[in-house]
Amino acid sequence: MANENLPQDERGSIEEELRVDVVEPDEGEYSLNDDRRVRTLSPTALVVKRFLRNRVAVTGLVILTFMFLFSFVGGLVSPYAQDQVFYREDNQSKQYAAVTENKELRYISDGEGLPSMARAKFVLAQKQGKEGSFESDGVTYTFKQEGEGLFAIYAGDPANPISLATYDTVSSSTEGEELPFALQHAILVAATNDKNSFTYEGKTYSLDASGTVLDGDQEVAYASRYVVQPSMPDVFLSRAFKDELVSSIEANDNEFTFKDDKGEEYSYKLSYDASKSTWSVDQSASTRVFDTYSSPSKAHPLGTDKNGMDMLTRLMYGGRVSLYIGFIVVFIETLIGVVLGGISGYRGGWIDNLIMRVVDIFYCIPSMPIIIILGATMDAMRVDPQVRMVYLMLLLGFLGWPGIARLVRGQILSLREQEFMTATEATGIRASRRIFRHLIPNVIPQLIVTMTMSLGSTIITEATLSFLGLGVKFPFASWGNIINDVNDTYVLTNYWFIWIPAGCCLLATVLAFNLVGDGLRDAFDPKMKR
Amino acid sequence: MKKYILKRLLISVAILFLVSFVIYALMRCLPTSYLEQVARTKSQQPGSKSFEEWMQQLSATYGMDKGIIPGFFSWLGRALHGDFGDSWRWTVPVTQKFQESVWISFIMGAISFVLEIIIAIPLGIIAATKQYTKVDYLITIVALACFSLPTFFFASLLKLVFCVNLGWFDLGGLVGRNYEYLSPMGQFLDKANHLVLPIVTLVVISIGALMRYTRTNMLEVLNADYIRTARAKGLPEHEVIYRHAFRNTLIPLVTMLGGSLPGLFAGALITETLYSIPGIGYVSYQSMVAGDIPFSMFYLVFMAILTLLGNLISDILYAAVDPRVRIA
Repeated sequence: MANENLPQDERGSIEEELRVDVVEPDEGEYSLNDDRRVRTLSPTALVVKRFLRNRVAVTGLVILTFMFLFSFVGGLVSPYAQDQVFYREDNQSKQYAAVTENKELRYISDGEGLPSMARAKFVLAQKQGKEGSFESDGVTYTFKQEGEGLFAIYAGDPANPISLATYDTVSSSTEGEELPFALQHAILVAATNDKNSFTYEGKTYSLDASGTVLDGDQEVAYASRYVVQPSMPDVFLSRAFKDELVSSIEANDNEFTFKDDKGEEYSYKLSYDASKSTWSVDQSASTRVFDTYSSPSKAHPLGTDKNGMDMLTRLMYGGRVSLYIGFIVVFIETLIGVVLGGISGYRGGWIDNLIMRVVDIFYCIPSMPIIIILGATMDAMRVDPQVRMVYLMLLLGFLGWPGIARLVRGQILSLREQEFMTATEATGIRASRRIFRHLIPNVIPQLIVTMTMSLGSTIITEATLSFLGLGVKFPFASWGNIINDVNDTYVLTNYWFIWIPAGCCLLATVLAFNLVGDGLRDAFDPKMKR
Repeated sequence: MKKYILKRLLISVAILFLVSFVIYALMRCLPTSYLEQVARTKSQQPGSKSFEEWMQQLSATYGMDKGIIPGFFSWLGRALHGDFGDSWRWTVPVTQKFQESVWISFIMGAISFVLEIIIAIPLGIIAATKQYTKVDYLITIVALACFSLPTFFFASLLKLVFCVNLGWFDLGGLVGRNYEYLSPMGQFLDKANHLVLPIVTLVVISIGALMRYTRTNMLEVLNADYIRTARAKGLPEHEVIYRHAFRNTLIPLVTMLGGSLPGLFAGALITETLYSIPGIGYVSYQSMVAGDIPFSMFYLVFMAILTLLGNLISDILYAAVDPRVRIA
């Protein structure tokens, strides 16, 4: 079995190490027990050597180097800025107008209209004959057909109809002007009886075959069976436009082009909706829109995100933010942890007791929920994203130090009792030098290992928070908030290039930190490894 | 031993007291909360009182008008009687909502705990016995990769593969669309089906740490003198490992696993939220985001209790399992 060979393995490797370290003996120069015969390596050099021999750890180091280059140099090399938005031209077909051929009676009223009950009664009565009467709601109405598809409805007063029921409609030729009821009535009577002129309030108007009403040369209004309505309230459709439109509808065209007064030509698409018996006039306009979720291309190797920003560049800047946050948080943690743990371990007594109880309390405070609560609060207060990032770092650092404090204290407690510390005391070295020159350097190996590992976990914590939308916020990118887009199932399903690269970066970086941390632990502690 | 347990218990109670005070002070210092939201919407209704008046009234109703210290003691007094107030977000007593949601979390936690032990410990032992072989490297890297996986990324990948592409599971939730029409057995299976991915996520995420822990401890034991003695006596290798080494490795393992037992009730905040499983984690996430002080307060204190309990159990187990440990 493999482990039976273990002692030999170990011995072999030690011999190998010695062999490497022995300088080819220059016979006769040094005596056998002369120190100079062996090239001594400093402890640091030994650690580096052991570390470099660990292939897995070196792989981790390579990944880390790549990630650092990617994040910090990549951002500089990338041709785009972090928050540069890209646009694309998009042809969007918007409904411009709708045309309905009037197949139902429309009611034009003077003052109060005809109640809907009365309208229904009228429709029934109208089928009986050209003239008649009907009753609704206690009122007796009479009606008379005045032209083809034109009825006048009277209530009491036989001179003035209260309402007109008509298949044709009258529109004013002047923008925004309402025609008086009586004029509309006169136009309709003339139009439906195929007359060429009529008089209204002493003025004579002429009427042409297409239904245009002229006052001399001036166009006043027109009557038509087609109702053309603009889809947007601020658009006025000219008479010429409507005429051409109606004629192309009658010709069953699919497309329609129109030249306006300024000579500009517009093209429209016509489509008929049978269920509504409406022609829809669509104008296709090219609009500049955010280039969202575009697939990977030469210009954007990883496509663009939902804001139309280059994904690869976002990924680089996101890495920068994630790494920055990781380093700063770990720095804060270590600073507080080493100072408090150091004091606690070196002083002992009540100070030690006090600090350790504080550590116990911090250990018990559930940090993730607290950060979530504070994140939600910052959301509600609309804290500036940049300030928010600072708070996040302080918070993570402030909640993370107890582990390091415990580690440092434990180390110092055991080191304090060792002979070399007694020796420093006996030689009369002053306290500050004893701590910083003799105690702290002995703690550093464990500290570095813990720091490397906690860099990984801090990055995960930050990413998780950003993923939940409670950490780093737009416009800043972080690997976590890039993946945040998967909350939209459509992105999860269709746009792998949005979230998989960010997740892989995250995984690779954290894994690399852990591999390096693991390798360092083995390198610092040769007892555990060859 | 009794004296030791008693001492530890007293310290734990003292710490719990301080922790809950810290949490209470923190919650009270929050500049915004659910109350403000309610007050704001109410004050915007036509003919309503002003925002300040609503705020005053609501604060008085929920006991938020006292200072932090008297407020804390009145909260503590009620909490000791098991009354944690009414949840603002769920509009039911906090404890009722807790009882509704904790069991699903516990079931999820327990199943993944068992799976984790079944998978991680044997792998850890294999890695240790075959130290520096390819198997060991493979297991170590897998363990570290599991350990480094961000939960949300892994969950998203699982969803993409198993929910979207293969269509085996639903994207989230505890019950399917036609749950109401299923037979009791079908309902059970439906729930089980919805729990598969969350449990897989939990197991994979937590397996790495246990695997590493087992490996390290096993290696330590394998380097001990009594193992060399056992080998020197000429015992067969598997006897050395499974009889002598493994039993000694169990000491730190039992201590650690015992300590993590209370954590089974804690729920998995992130995983439950990702899969919308209405366990204690997801419920409290929603409460916390909504600024529901009574529920968040309860959850935070509950978590602190679980941590303390876990430490207590592992300390006691440490002393109880290993006869070499003497307690002063």
